[in-house]
Amino acid sequence: MTIREGTSQTTQQSLYRRMVLKAEPGPPRLRNAVMAFVSGGLVCMVGEGITDFWERVLRISHKQAADPTVATLIFLASLLTGLGYFDKLARYAGAGLAVPVTGFANAMTASAMEFKREGLIFGIGGRMFQLAGAVIVYGVVTAFLVGIITGIVRLVR
Amino acid sequence: MMYLKAFLVGGLICLIAQVILDNTKLSPGHVLSGLTVAGGVLGGLGLYDKLVEFAGAGASVPIASFGNSLVKGALQELDQNGLVGVLTGMFEVTSTGIAAAIVFAFLAAVTFNPKS
Amino acid sequence: MATKRIGPQTVRFDRPPVIIGAAAVAGPEEAQGPLGHEFDQTYPDLTIGLSSFEKAERQMMIDACRLALRRAGITEKPPAVDYFLAGDLLNQLITASFSGLEIGVPMYGLYGACSTFSEALAIGAKLIDGGFADRVLCAVSSHVGSAERQYRYPTEYGSQKKPYAQHTVTGAGAVVLAASGTGPRITYCTTGKVVDYGVADPFNQGAAMAPAAVDTIEAHLRETGRSVEDYDLIVTGDLASFGYEMAVKLAADRNLRLAKNYRDCGVMVYDLSRQNVNAGGSGCASSAIVTCGHLLKEMARGRLRRLLVVATGALFSPTSFQQGENIPTIAHAVAVEA
Repeated sequence: MTIREGTSQTTQQSLYRRMVLKAEPGPPRLRNAVMAFVSGGLVCMVGEGITDFWERVLRISHKQAADPTVATLIFLASLLTGLGYFDKLARYAGAGLAVPVTGFANAMTASAMEFKREGLIFGIGGRMFQLAGAVIVYGVVTAFLVGIITGIVRLVR
Repeated sequence: MMYLKAFLVGGLICLIAQVILDNTKLSPGHVLSGLTVAGGVLGGLGLYDKLVEFAGAGASVPIASFGNSLVKGALQELDQNGLVGVLTGMFEVTSTGIAAAIVFAFLAAVTFNPKS
Repeated sequence: MATKRIGPQTVRFDRPPVIIGAAAVAGPEEAQGPLGHEFDQTYPDLTIGLSSFEKAERQMMIDACRLALRRAGITEKPPAVDYFLAGDLLNQLITASFSGLEIGVPMYGLYGACSTFSEALAIGAKLIDGGFADRVLCAVSSHVGSAERQYRYPTEYGSQKKPYAQHTVTGAGAVVLAASGTGPRITYCTTGKVVDYGVADPFNQGAAMAPAAVDTIEAHLRETGRSVEDYDLIVTGDLASFGYEMAVKLAADRNLRLAKNYRDCGVMVYDLSRQNVNAGGSGCASSAIVTCGHLLKEMARGRLRRLLVVATGALFSPTSFQQGENIPTIAHAVAVEA
């Protein structure tokens, strides 16, 4: 394949793009997959342990203990982010730390920390949801649509 | 046994996300939003709670459970208050996560500075 | 009649401007790289005791200017230079402009993304050879903390980078050009054209910039009548390992053999196997600190005689790529001869 002057721009672009995609070094897919599975599994297992802990300490049902568990994991992730360890761990764990609620906490904490220098209002306040906001927006819109559709279906029945 | 199930189901959800990230040009933001939507839809069909019953934290810790919780809150109040309940109930179940994340993110930002 | 133009993109200097002083300052990761010992000053951490990455970057640019001026024997304050030409990556050129406040001489702020280093050298050389200035101070900088938060994610956000992603070089380079004096001379410069070869992935800047580098190198050789072998070394600014590979391939397609005497500053500045930088360095400082810190010193040591610096720039912004636009790129070549 050759790219020469005189080739039309769109042909040139599609030729080059194909050349890049072909040569692009891929991520270590197997290693990433194993790491994501193991680390994500571990986070959830730890979550299960924390649930048991709160169940016993707070004398609540296992189901009710899910709330303080989420809060605990968020606390730990925010702390690790603040101390500067989360991004280093996530480099290896990938989705294993991003998909559990720890990733949500990291996205919010990292944004809040980063923009702290722009002040308490515009920085921390305004930018905290820069990355995590999308999850909330799409979660809420989904919940709204599912709720409305369910409501209509029930009315029709 | 619950621990093993939490490990396997939680790990599997993360594995799916990792495979998508590594084989497409989608950003983590895309994938996490997609998982949340998927959790919400499964929640609407009543399937996600079954997964939580089966795997405990393996299903309640991944972000998909956030979508499920939003839907659950909306549907609960839908039962009690009709269609308005969809809006009023939405954050009923999931407020812990959002409140905790805001508070801890704020505290961390006030306490720490970004390093590298 | 533009008598110094020898081609559509290239000018030859009648009285080649002299580099009478140069300095490179670098951050902690660059200090641990293979060229660490070559830099004039290095810093143990990214904030260097200041309250923000932006302030740290500005201090680095000012330090580089101060050291380069001292090398050039210019001690007055404000420095006895006619112009300050500077650029960086931050929105509205805040590093360059705030440094200009400190330097206190007439200033032009330049933006060519990571190509700004050779852009500044070329414009500075033209000001001097054109008879508009006797001495010009050129400086560029980049900083991993300030660049990441602007172009990509907050620094503490945990994300996995693709292997072709690059790591912004922290540091600054400054050069003092003069109409006369001793030192290597800038003999030709070839101004790049903006090209778009269809790459839209903001993490794959190297591949996006490789065509710009090859275009400019090809134009330079064609218009000067030189060949690749006429240079002891041709360096591109920050293609990093994957962009380097693409540049070599593209050049081969055009019958240009870029091989033994072709290297990339983004690859040279780090130890890719040991340091966690993916494909290598990017940013204005990549070409600047490798040239000012290492290559110009190699010229002084007599190990290099003819050098072609081709700094490469990806001219996108977060707005443009989020709106789905491709990444336009540019490269400027400057020939430096002992």
